[in-house]
Amino acid sequence: MQQILTKEEAHIRKLLVEVTDPEIPVLSIMDMGIVRDIEIQEEKVHIKITPTYSGCPAMDTIAMEIKYTLEQAGYPTDVELILAPAWTTDWITENGRQKLEAYGIAAPLEESADKQALLGRSKVVKCTNCGSQNTKLVSQFGSTACKALFQCLDCLEPFDYFKCLK
Amino acid sequence: MNDQQALYQYLLLLGDSPMILGHRLSELCGHGPSLETDIALTNISLDLFGQVRNYFQYAAKVQAEGKSEDDIAFLRLAHEHRNVLLTEQPNTDFAHVIGRQMFFDTFHQLLLEALRDSKDEQIAAIAHKSLKEVKYHTRFSSEWVKRLGDGTAESHRRMQDALDHLWPYAGELVQESPLEKQMKQQGIGADLEQIRPLYWERVNAILREATLEVPENSWFQAGGKKGIHTEHLGYILSDLQYMQRAYPNMSW
Ligand SMILES: [Zn+2]
Repeated sequence: MQQILTKEEAHIRKLLVEVTDPEIPVLSIMDMGIVRDIEIQEEKVHIKITPTYSGCPAMDTIAMEIKYTLEQAGYPTDVELILAPAWTTDWITENGRQKLEAYGIAAPLEESADKQALLGRSKVVKCTNCGSQNTKLVSQFGSTACKALFQCLDCLEPFDYFKCLK
Repeated sequence: MNDQQALYQYLLLLGDSPMILGHRLSELCGHGPSLETDIALTNISLDLFGQVRNYFQYAAKVQAEGKSEDDIAFLRLAHEHRNVLLTEQPNTDFAHVIGRQMFFDTFHQLLLEALRDSKDEQIAAIAHKSLKEVKYHTRFSSEWVKRLGDGTAESHRRMQDALDHLWPYAGELVQESPLEKQMKQQGIGADLEQIRPLYWERVNAILREATLEVPENSWFQAGGKKGIHTEHLGYILSDLQYMQRAYPNMSW
């Protein structure tokens, strides 16, 4: 994305940081990496977003929320959903990863480590409560499409792990 | 059929199987054998519905008659559906659910891998996106087939039962219909002849590891791709389409 931002674009970006994923309310859509393009034209602002998962029920809400937020600030807005290139967990920003962990969701690992963890072959997912790596996979599918369910064997806390998607 | 009609029909063919299977899985919401499997199966259902929406939104655009994805999903009759018969088979028990899923996921992953190279950019984009999700489905269902097959005497017996039951429906997935042939020749559709040996190889490997006996029968039920279905589809549609039939044009 562009390095030099116009005043308008900087303002729009700032507004978009306020829009969060309704399923993970600590995370801004900018941290999630789902805003793929911001195009400012004379009449309208065009925002392109991409879904995390095809069936993510939050996308419609997010699109509405973007439109509402920007139009409240005086920018007539169109939101377009695009599929390519497909979203990857690599697009979650460092800031986003830290917020996830603080919220109690373990951030995605490397793809190979993710596979080993989800097959129950290695202990690499850290407990978000006590930091122990003595954790076990409870289920590959968790409370939402993007998460798996883990449990810490030291402090016994159950927690979500944000699955790697690449 | 002209090219546009063929593409529209092909999109229905791609979308109908995950839609009907997604509906079958949604019937398990709150009825899964354990909380974790319940959540997993409904998550898979949600992924499938998301993928179907992508196909049907595109189909509506290709059709260009001002219809929406909902019209396509909720207003077609049974014989207008092109899903394979496997996907409409009932949730008899968990072994049937998992067996059905394993056949479908194994095929689905190979199909999407092939569709990534489709000349149609939107189909390729949907395939790229869906494949990431389907890899998790394949892992889930194949692990469970192995766990049940290579588990207790009771789980083995039931998994073998389910397998024997579902086997006649396992071949249609890789039988090329005239429409699929046409789309393959245009560089848009997947080549089922290339997928077929890989599919059987993977299925057999999973079943061997699960210590299950591969049925010898190699005659398969078919018809779904041209709209000839088992009696189950009518019941599914009366449930799936209920709201649109009872309250035409209603929306959330
Ligand atoms: Zn812990």
